[in-house]
Order: sequence, then structure tokens, then C-alpha cells
Amino acid sequence: MNFYNEMYDANGGVREHYKGYEAWLKATPGERIERKRAEADLAFHRVGITFAVYGEEAGKERLIPFDVIPRIIPSAEWKAMQKGLRQRVTALNMFLRDVYHDQEILKAGKIPAEQVINNAQYRPVMQGVDLPGDIYAHIAGVDMVRAGAGESYVLEDNLRVPSGVSYMLEDRKMMMRLFPELFARHKVAPVQHYPDMLLEKLRAVAPKGVSNPTVVVLTPGAYNSAYFEHTFLAQQMGVELVEGRDLFVQDEVVYMRTTQGPQRVDVIYRRIDDDFMDPLAFRPDSALGVPGILKAYQAGNVTLSNAIGTGVADDKSIYPYVPEMIRFYLGEEPILNNVPTYMCRKPDDLKYVLAHLAELVVKEVHGAGGYGMLVGPASTKEQIEHFRQLLIAKPEGYIAQPTLALSNCPTFVEEGIAPRHLDLRPFVLSSGKCVNMVPGGLTRVALTKGSLVVNSSQGGGTKDTWVLED
Amino acid sequence: MLSRTADHLFWMSRYIERAENLARLLDVTWQMSLVPQSLEAANQNWNAIIALNSLEESFAKKYAEVNADNVLRFMVSDPDNFASIYSCLRLARENAHAVRGTVTAEMWETLNSTWLEAREKSFEQIINAGVGEFFEWVKMRSSLSRGTTLGTLLQDEAYHFIRLGTLLERADNTARILDVKYHVLRPHGDEGATDFYQWGALLRSVSAFEVYRKVYRDVITPERVTELLILRSDMPRSLHFCMNGVVKNLDLIANSHSDETARHAGMLHAQLHYARVEDILAEGLHPWLTDFMDRIYALGDGISRDFLVPMAEAA
Repeated sequence: MNFYNEMYDANGGVREHYKGYEAWLKATPGERIERKRAEADLAFHRVGITFAVYGEEAGKERLIPFDVIPRIIPSAEWKAMQKGLRQRVTALNMFLRDVYHDQEILKAGKIPAEQVINNAQYRPVMQGVDLPGDIYAHIAGVDMVRAGAGESYVLEDNLRVPSGVSYMLEDRKMMMRLFPELFARHKVAPVQHYPDMLLEKLRAVAPKGVSNPTVVVLTPGAYNSAYFEHTFLAQQMGVELVEGRDLFVQDEVVYMRTTQGPQRVDVIYRRIDDDFMDPLAFRPDSALGVPGILKAYQAGNVTLSNAIGTGVADDKSIYPYVPEMIRFYLGEEPILNNVPTYMCRKPDDLKYVLAHLAELVVKEVHGAGGYGMLVGPASTKEQIEHFRQLLIAKPEGYIAQPTLALSNCPTFVEEGIAPRHLDLRPFVLSSGKCVNMVPGGLTRVALTKGSLVVNSSQGGGTKDTWVLED
Repeated sequence: MLSRTADHLFWMSRYIERAENLARLLDVTWQMSLVPQSLEAANQNWNAIIALNSLEESFAKKYAEVNADNVLRFMVSDPDNFASIYSCLRLARENAHAVRGTVTAEMWETLNSTWLEAREKSFEQIINAGVGEFFEWVKMRSSLSRGTTLGTLLQDEAYHFIRLGTLLERADNTARILDVKYHVLRPHGDEGATDFYQWGALLRSVSAFEVYRKVYRDVITPERVTELLILRSDMPRSLHFCMNGVVKNLDLIANSHSDETARHAGMLHAQLHYARVEDILAEGLHPWLTDFMDRIYALGDGISRDFLVPMAEAA
């Protein structure tokens, strides 16, 4: 397989936008970088930038490895990607508005209605509910990858509770602390205003008539894998970090319990899945949510961000239709590429997938976080046979895609500097007509040689992401 | 501030203060046990610690006999005993973990590293290194935690709840230490000779030996020890000092329904402010301290109800 290297071209020459960095790296003594790497590790540990891993000992925390070689994106490339992301997220929000109102796109036959209506992520309780600015996914974390010839693809649209933005911010802070001279030599577009931008968006989608909204971040609690990020964002925005038990609903209005009595809450940036939000409406055994909050939400007395029911637009079985959404709602051709996707519920596709398992990536339709997937070329015969049985038993539960030759970038690993595969997750913020993002996003890198799975739960690390300004 | 946040801060400071005072109580008991005495008398002193914390039942479940080794093991490093130093340090850290965004990085790091270190120490290691050294360590870690709070935290509501927890806990704990030791030292009321070494150990356990010397410039008498630990308003571990701070911090966080709690605190404070040690001893120190501890408990309950997560709900 041919891989695109972010730093070097096919002839081994350094790409234009990496020239400054490469020269610095060559001129900098190895010990100095070693020392800086140790310093970074220590600082991350002390500050406690960690995440918990499911399935390991409860409460155990692990560092996400941070790599000191940045991922650099030239300005022109970022501008094009930004344009594409705006277009895509705008269409996805329009799709959600449509699905939960008149369902024009289904009537027009662009997407099979049963794919939407029978989808577990479709929430009938949202039918006919009007939201401020008609925005459903205020925060989207779109996963982008680059394949063999250098072309970019959207791998996933994460529209529920995408995480990782705190690593993007901490990685930048760390790079500036370790190597300030690099920032004097490169015009790196700043990203540190993300929390301000997020707060502005959250305030902008407050319920009608609220002029000075109270915004809170809702976390499942200290043992959630992303708890560090929840604390971080609340602190950076200067808003309260609440748990479900801190909130209550009275007369369809949400309040938080404070030392000065109940205080009304207008906007909730929730980091809890739909299923756990309201035990009266969804899973009755959820102790994380707030009883009655759905009623308050339907009455328009509180904004939830992201909205309930966004999962129907980022589901892997809906993903193949996103280009069609862009054409339908915006009358434009999609700027960003979709990965060709085989839908195993279609007999022809299934037949093809079963015959080519060793070459394909198979994913659970509702899976996330790199769990429950098969990377054909990197799998044993047993693993492939195991997935074959799964596919035959429940074809509609899976999709398959060609194994993309994910681009790689030089990365510090045990044996020195070696190429490792990576992706990019820009965070796209929407309110009303306005779609914004800070330049770049979170770069995740698979630290195991040859691995194409970058998720932190699967041993992935992160890199600072530089968008170079002209 | 969120009620739950205030609740975590309040209990975070109570647990670290509790660990410190427990170390002080065990230290003085251990030191007193070093003087020649019958085994029966010695074991009675250890039993008093179990009884003081109403832990007879859970102690009896695991240990056959009340003796120095078993009580120390139970109160120092038994993870099953929710009142052990081990558990207090764990709970202090857990409460801090839940409000990491509210406490400063230094405060969090202090409580976190205290817990991580405590977890590594086995009871055998503690005994081998000298149990006194361990008690010193606990006291220093508590001081460090108080110091980082004072030195780094904005003095807003969070700070007031932390102070409230510290002082309420300390008032209760000083009363307990005095209660249990006074009766060991003066089993027959005010009769009998005063044992300089034993009273000295009691004073040292609340860091009051030099204070006593400075204030009274005279031999140690039980009356003056009582006065110092209950009534002196400038002695940082006395009941009066603690109640000064409780009243002040309660006033700073007052809300629309906390009047009744403030009134109770004020009455308790007034009693300490105007009391005479002769009257307290005439009434009987034990009943007086028992009443005081009941009222401190009720005050804690009132604070939970008015500002925090009510105790019943939390349990």
C-alpha cells in the first residue's frame, strides 16, 4: 500500500510547509528534544490531563501520549477544508431540522425513509420541536483522513458528544512552553480562543427572550473517561460544571441547586448521551440525567447542546447519504469526499464484503471509539472468520469501507523517529447562520507500527496541529 | 456556587482535619501508654478510642481483642474502617477530585499525593518506621493542605465553606480528645495528684504545650488545661477559636433560609465567649462536652440542610 507522508514527498524531499520545521529538527540536538519530551510527560501527569479507560480498573487514569512533532497544514489546504466543513455541517443541520419536521428529503426519495425512521438514533419525541436558530449539532467533531494520493476524506461526522478539544488546546499550550522559538519562526494560527467561541455559540442559542443566559456544562461525573475535558471546558468558559443531581425541573423550567437557593439554567452543554438524559423519557435506570428535562426542552425553556436526536445524522448507515443531503438542501456539489461505503443490509454489498473481508474495514453501524471494528489487512484469519459470522447473522448492523491508506507523519516512538498514521478532528461550531471553527483541530496518531486505529482508547496519541498563515 | 460543589469542599476539609486530629489522638494515647501501667489500664485507654468514635461493632467484627496493635491497625490503616486515617485521606482526596475545577492545582496536588503516598504505606511499614513518625507525617500533610488553601485559593465562597468544614471538625475533635483524656487522667473528679507527664502529653497532642507555658507561666493544672482548650479565643485548636471562625464564615455565606443555623452558631459561640471554667467543671466536664458535641453535630446538619446536599439525601 502507498502511504502519503505529511512531511516528505515521494522523492524524499521535504514538503514546502514543513521546510522550516524540518531544518529546526535537524539542527536541534537529540538530547534537548529528549529532555523536552520528559518535561512534557511530567507536566501532563502533574496537571492530570488524563482519561479513564473503560474496562480497566475503575478510576484508573492514563495519559494520552503527546508527540512533539507537529502536524502542519498549509493555509490554502485548510481554507478549502474549512469551506467543505461549513458546507457539510450546514447540510447536516438542515437534514436534522427536516427529519424532525416535514421530512422533505424522505418524501423526495433521496434517503430510504425506513433507514431514518427505524434508526435507533431517531427520536420521535423531537418531532415538531422548534430549536433556536434551527441548529441541532452546535458542536461537531468531523474526522478527516488523507489517503494514498493525498486526497482527503471525511471518515465520520461526530454530532453527539464529540470529545478531544481539550487535548487540542493543551497540546498547543505544551508546544509553546517547550519550544517557544518554533512559534517565533512559524506563523501558526492561534487556537486558544476556542472556549470563548464555544461560549459565544452557546449563549447565541439560548431560549427566546433570555438576554443574559446561564450556561452550564453537564457531566456524567468524575469517573467518565472525558471528565478532565468537562472540567477544563467549564473552567475555561467560566461556567458551572454540573451533574444530573445538581439540576431539577419545576414547572418545565430547569434549575440548579446552589448555596443561595435554586438558580435558573438556560443552556446546557451536555456531555451525556441522549439515552441517559431523562429517566422519565429515555432509559428509566439512568441516574445521570435529570427527570423531566425533556418536557422543559420541548417547551423551549432550555437549550440542550447538542440537541436530542442528532445521532440519526452521524449514524454509519446514514453517512453514505451525506453527499446527497448537500445536493438536496444546498444545491451544491460536496467539497469534501465521502469514503465509498458498502451497506451490508444490501444483498449485493454484503456479497462483495464477504468476498473481500481481508481488504476492507468493517464497522458496526452504531459503534464508536474504535471498538467493534475489523481492519481486514491487519487481522488474523480467526478475526476475519469471527466477523464473517457476525455479518451473516446481522448484516444490517454493519457497513464496510475500503481500507484507506491513512497518511503518516514522522513521530517519536521507542526506536526513534518513524512514520505513524494519523487523522484530524476539526471542531465545527454552529449557531444560526454562522458556522465557525478554530484553525486545525485535534490530530490523533496511531503509535503502534502499521496501525490504522487512532482512537485514544486503542493506544493512540496526539500531536499539535499547525495551520500556517500566509 | 453549586450546593454539591460546596458540599465536596466542606467534606474535603473535614476529612483532612479529621485525619490530623485522629493522628493527634492516637499519638497522645500511644505516648501515654509508654509509662509504666497495668495491661488492663493500657487496654482501657485504647478501648476509649474505639468507644469515642462509636466503632465497637465494626471493630469487634474483625478483631478479637482490644489492644494497642489492633486498635492502631484499625484506626490507622484499615480500609474497611471508614473512620481510619487511611479512609479519611482517601475521602479527602475523593471530594477534592470531584471539584478539581474549583480548588487550585496546588491544593489538588497536595491531597492527591498525600493519598497516593498513604496508599503505599502498609501497617507493618508504619510500625517499623515508628508510628510517631507516621503521625507527624499526617499532621504535616494536613498543614500543607491548609497552607496551600490559604496561600493559593481566592477567598470567595469556596474558601468560606472550606474554613467552615475545618473549624467545625476541629471543634468536635478537640472536644473529643479532651473528653476521653480528661477522664483517664482524673478518674475521680478533682481529687488526686496531677501527673505532669500525662497532662504534658495531652497538651502536646493539640500543639498547646508551649502555648500553655507562655500563657500561664505556671505548673500544669487540669483547670487551666480545660480553660486553654475550651475558652481561650486565641488558641487555634480551642473550641472558642473554632466557633469564632464558624460564626464569621457562616455570616459570609448567609442565604435567605440560614437564619436559624446562624442563631444556633451564635448561641454556642456566646456560651463559650462568656463561660467560666469553674462553672463548666462544676457542671461536670463530661456532660458539658457531650452537650457541646451534640450541638456541633446539629450545626453541621443545619449547614448541610441550608447550603449543601442534605445529609439524609447524601446517604
